[in-house]
Amino acid sequence: MTDGFDFGIGTLYPFLGKSDEDKRIMINSIGPLWDGNEVWLITAGGVTFAAFPTVYAVMFSSLYSALMLILFALILRGVSFEFRGKVDDPRWRKVWDTCIFIGSFTPALLFGVAFANIFKGIPIDHNGVYHGTLFTLLNPYGLLGGVLFVMLFLVHGALWLAIKTEGDLHDRAASVANKLWSVLLGVVVIFLVASRFSTRLYDNYVAHPAFFLVILITVFALLGTKFFLAKKAFFKAWFASALTIVGSTFFGIVGLYPNLFPSSINPRFSLTAHNASSSPLTLKIMLIVVTIFIPIVIGYQIWAYTLFKGKVTKEDLAYEEAY
Amino acid sequence: MDVVLLSRLQFAVATMFHFLFVPFTLGLSVLVAFMETKYVKTGDETYLRMTKFWGKLFLINFALGVVTGITLEFQFGTNWSRYSAYVGDIFGSLLAIEATAAFFLESVLIGVWIFGWRKLSKKAHAAVMWLVAFAGTLSAVWILIANAWMQNPVGFTLRDGRAELVDFTAVLFQKFAILKFIHTVSAAYVLSAFFVMGVSAYHLLKKKNIEFFTRSFRIALVFGLVFSLIVVIIGDLNGVIVAEKQPTKLAAMESLWETTTRAPVYLFALPDEENEKNKIEIGAIPGLLSLLVFHDIDAEVRGLKAFPREERPPVLITSFAFKGMVGLGFYFMLVTIIGWFKRNRLVDSPKFLKLMLLSIPLPYIAIELGWVVAEVGRQPWIVYGLMKTSDAVSPIAGSQVLISLIAFIIVYSLLGAVGFYLIAKNAKKGPEPASD
Ligand code: HDD
Ligand code: HEM
Ligand code: HEM
Repeated sequence: MTDGFDFGIGTLYPFLGKSDEDKRIMINSIGPLWDGNEVWLITAGGVTFAAFPTVYAVMFSSLYSALMLILFALILRGVSFEFRGKVDDPRWRKVWDTCIFIGSFTPALLFGVAFANIFKGIPIDHNGVYHGTLFTLLNPYGLLGGVLFVMLFLVHGALWLAIKTEGDLHDRAASVANKLWSVLLGVVVIFLVASRFSTRLYDNYVAHPAFFLVILITVFALLGTKFFLAKKAFFKAWFASALTIVGSTFFGIVGLYPNLFPSSINPRFSLTAHNASSSPLTLKIMLIVVTIFIPIVIGYQIWAYTLFKGKVTKEDLAYEEAY
Repeated sequence: MDVVLLSRLQFAVATMFHFLFVPFTLGLSVLVAFMETKYVKTGDETYLRMTKFWGKLFLINFALGVVTGITLEFQFGTNWSRYSAYVGDIFGSLLAIEATAAFFLESVLIGVWIFGWRKLSKKAHAAVMWLVAFAGTLSAVWILIANAWMQNPVGFTLRDGRAELVDFTAVLFQKFAILKFIHTVSAAYVLSAFFVMGVSAYHLLKKKNIEFFTRSFRIALVFGLVFSLIVVIIGDLNGVIVAEKQPTKLAAMESLWETTTRAPVYLFALPDEENEKNKIEIGAIPGLLSLLVFHDIDAEVRGLKAFPREERPPVLITSFAFKGMVGLGFYFMLVTIIGWFKRNRLVDSPKFLKLMLLSIPLPYIAIELGWVVAEVGRQPWIVYGLMKTSDAVSPIAGSQVLISLIAFIIVYSLLGAVGFYLIAKNAKKGPEPASD
């Protein structure tokens, strides 16, 4: 989830961005990259649609309200970056600043809520019809998942900012990353324990102890984040925190397998990798497409990252292309 | 409230709004890339200023195109889940390929283009813009193949209650998709050309930056002239294939009720769906329809009455939208031809310039009407002949859709207002003054 750090920065935005200059530096630190990151999100949806059409269909329709909220948030966020600097008026900028915050915080929270609920099981019947409302999703475990994602992204975002900035803003970002990390550690521990009681994820782990490796790596990555942070190796810390995010997602996926979208009404109504996948021909085509294009995509994304790898400075803001 | 109706309304609002920005992205990316290439080749600063000026308008529009596109990708799952499950095997893979092959390229490179002025060589920077334009076109290819498949499903078999892919190349290379692609992309080029001509006309009328805007106008004029012709020619071929594959749509487009040989084209017809006839018919040209769609003046064309009522699309909307689009198509051809003769004395033709300024919205209208013809004319089918729209909708509560529909209308109205305000503001302001 490369989008993580720009959600994180968007959420930190009103708290860390003291002056307009700080804010512009924050936006520009993700400026060239956020759109490409967001496409990973769209692609995740698209690939699910192609490989597991039924999962896509049932997941998106049962999580209707949550997804619509995420959608509106993403819309606001996307245009805010572009619109913010286009009219020179503090009130105008204030509006879009608020939108950036809402637009970054909401998806982070709701994705967490959605994932946690999927780990737990969703009330769907044998036809994949959802029996619940938006509020069904906002149960304690779901909310815990939301908090977890927000914290993960906040740490991730603060680290990115520390990499990309200098001076006062850099120091503030680094110290925030430090503080948030301690909170994150607590949330992770609570989440791992709560998963024992709210989900059946550990069944898979107990059945195949080798799977515990996933948890081990994730926890290791989390500790590594702190380790590198303490040594002021921000890029390494950022990388470790990315691994933590990926690991947390895999923690659930591995625990669910072969279920993809479990039903909490009756396990027999769950959508699995077997009963929800596409035809062999489509899967073959998708495999070919993914093996050809994903490396290419990663290639030019790395190129873009290295092209913009330096720090964003106050001087950079003077150029016309900056936000 | 009826989930089907609400979902249809919501989808129509979302796609039509997306398509206010998409054609401009498709066309202007090519024009900007062309201007930047001219700059690299000639070293003439004016071309650089042109690139930056039109590029800025491009970017505001682009942001709106991106955010409204995400909506559509979501909606197949949220609102049309039965459809998604039924045809996901084919349709889903096309969308996934679009995202992996095209969206990534486009959105990564656009970031590079915006922020890369000082990091890349001039040549590389111009090449990036060409790649952005290429990626946009590529995404149009895939989405239009997907849409063409819904219009004319091929290369599949029905198994376990869903459509499964058997022949991928048949899906990719069917005529419907190819024609649709050329027609839509040319229409997008017409739209961007008219936009650039209109904005240039505004400044030429004020006699500001004359050299700058005369050049912009001329580049757009050539572009507009060529593609106005292509749009009309391919549009005619589109009609031929619609007659072959979707006879109900064709009959509705022409509001033809009776099956007849030597079928006429009416310059104006007001259909009366209750009584299955036209209330008013003006200017019938006998045999023209038969000639156009079957290349034979005596060919038989099936009228609406040949089909059961529940398989007919809304006739009034389809036929009016079609006539509007075609009328505008001929108008675009006409004014670009006039423009060609005036190209060397633009500043002395204030009436023509005023006309071009006022014409900016017309291609937008034509393009939306085109989609209305294609999509409303396809009703009641979501996949023509295979699945009805009413069977495609998600099993969700109407109230949910009602709320999201209202939210869409509010958010989109605001976005549209702000977006077009910013585009207009920057367009009026004109380019940065020359640096020397
Ligand atoms: C003829 C062209 C065309 C058509 C019919 C559509 N689009 Fe589109 N779409 C584009 C041409 C395009 C584009 C020109 O390539 C855009 C506009 C701005 C951009 O970034 O790409 C785009 C953006 C865009 C994005 C955002 C990509 C990003 O973040 O970079 C998504 C998710 C979609 N579209 C999805 C859809 C869906 C699901 C459609 C079907 C209903 C659809 N589009 C119709
Ligand atoms: C971007 C340009 C497009 C516009 C402006 C457009 C317009 C419309 C309109 C007006 C409707 C409503 C028709 C009605 O309910 O009577 C509709 C329906 C629909 N269209 Fe399109 N469309 C576009 C592109 C596409 C594409 C590319 C696809 C598929 C890949 C698509 C798939 C659908 C679907 C699934 C529906 C909903 C079912 C229905 O109401 O028919 N559309 N569209
Ligand atoms: C005399 C000229 C024209 C003719 C004969 C014509 C014909 C057609 C036909 C038959 C369709 C329906 C195809 C289908 O159902 O799949 C169509 C769709 C469409 N038209 Fe046109 N058209 C003309 C001009 C224009 C112009 C000037 C524009 C915009 C600038 C335009 C934009 C569109 C669009 C966006 C669609 C929907 C996409 C598609 O189905 O290809 N058309 N046109």
